[in-house]
Amino acid sequence: MSDRQGTNRRDFLKSCVAGTVALGAGEVLAFASSVQPAKSKVVIAKDAMLRRSGTIDPNRMLALLDRAMQTSFGSHNALEPWKKMVRPGQVVGLKVNTIAGRGLSTNVTLVAAITERLQQAGIKPYDIVIWDRTGHELERAGFPLSSAAGKVRCIGTDAVGYEATPEKFGTASSCLSKILTRTCDVVINVPLLKDHEEAGMTASMKNMYGVIHNPGECHANGCNPAVADVNMLPTIRKKVRFTICDATSACYQGGPGYKPEYVWRPDSLIVGSDPVALDYTAWQIIDRKRLEKGLKALAAAGRTPKYIATAADVHHRLGANDPNQISIVEV
Amino acid sequence: MMRTRLHAAAFLAVAVAMLIAGGCKKQASASQALPASNEVAGWEKTGETRTFTSATLSDYIDGGAEQYLKAGFKGVSTSDYKFQGKIEATADVYTMSDTNAAQTIFDSDPAGNAKTVALGDAARAFSQSVVFRRGPYLVRIVAFQDSPDTQQALTQLAQAIEKKLSK
Repeated sequence: MSDRQGTNRRDFLKSCVAGTVALGAGEVLAFASSVQPAKSKVVIAKDAMLRRSGTIDPNRMLALLDRAMQTSFGSHNALEPWKKMVRPGQVVGLKVNTIAGRGLSTNVTLVAAITERLQQAGIKPYDIVIWDRTGHELERAGFPLSSAAGKVRCIGTDAVGYEATPEKFGTASSCLSKILTRTCDVVINVPLLKDHEEAGMTASMKNMYGVIHNPGECHANGCNPAVADVNMLPTIRKKVRFTICDATSACYQGGPGYKPEYVWRPDSLIVGSDPVALDYTAWQIIDRKRLEKGLKALAAAGRTPKYIATAADVHHRLGANDPNQISIVEV
Repeated sequence: MMRTRLHAAAFLAVAVAMLIAGGCKKQASASQALPASNEVAGWEKTGETRTFTSATLSDYIDGGAEQYLKAGFKGVSTSDYKFQGKIEATADVYTMSDTNAAQTIFDSDPAGNAKTVALGDAARAFSQSVVFRRGPYLVRIVAFQDSPDTQQALTQLAQAIEKKLSK
């Protein structure tokens, strides 16, 4: 495990490519080359007509997801991005965020759209695992638990537990969910966009706190450098491939709990393979909304999400936080 | 010398007992402040009351816990409700260390376009939530559906909680 601690994301992808060539699996090579352009691509897909009578229309959600994914991967059809990311036979985890309950958790309709596309890309239902910290939180957020054969699984880490031995990087020393370490081959991160009292804001990287046994110990100093360090843990780096951030509903103040008075509906998805670039972009979205509402930007409010810069530094190199190195594509 | 030590020990024991008793009383009353089904017209209590302490608060509001702990937190009791079978809500009763601690948390969020309501020491009502503080208690009720009835229904539930807290 520790031999990975000195490598960065680019090194990891290079090793994937080398392994792929050796194995002759062309799709992963295509995936690796497509997710490491000169600039980190972050796609923001929006649909102003996403809702019908206040409820998200599943067909429009599927179309929105397709638009986001095809733009991100430069694909001509809806299934190509998924086939580049996963292979039949792999177990694919969808790490959702459900701690705030139904009002501010990963949207169920979005997750249904992702599972539909994964199955069409050749992943068996049972090989898709929707998961988070606890079954209770999943159920409260609208995800019925399931371990039935032939169906998409939905399980909390509390049902299977954490590894006994921690993985370590920097300040992080955490036992990881067995769903990540033992069940899933690949994980797609499906967080949502939120203000966060301690971290400043949360989207992609902070969602990995739901993977570790000791998130409560990782909130000091604005969760910095803990968020970056947690994302450096070897198994997280190895398996978490892509982020589909739910920004259909988001909160600009008072997070991470659900306070409906500070929730708005961007009706968007933010997707990308660079979690740092995605978080940086998400931060700007939160700040714009705060200014629009007459609040101070996060930095002026003393809540700069410092972990984003840390994640980009020479010790982590998890991605880009320099706007000149980020290509934001709005579709 | 020995007698002085015994007196000091006895005083300390009584003080600790009083503190524990006081804490337990507040914790118990916070839990009891959550109305049972139909205690407030139209409101059904749909789940068991859950309580969290300083040690377990992050299990409930991970990421939001530190703010409460820094301000002075003792415990929180929470329960789910449903109004007339259609509006789902969650009510939280936080027991803070004192009035100032409750005020610190209350003041940490901007009032925005809140309606002022007569509840406790200070209160705010939004279309889908009501927040008020009374002494060391901070109460937050949030609804998951918006409707013309939501704010009034939440206010009625909040009033019932306040009444129980003031007993």
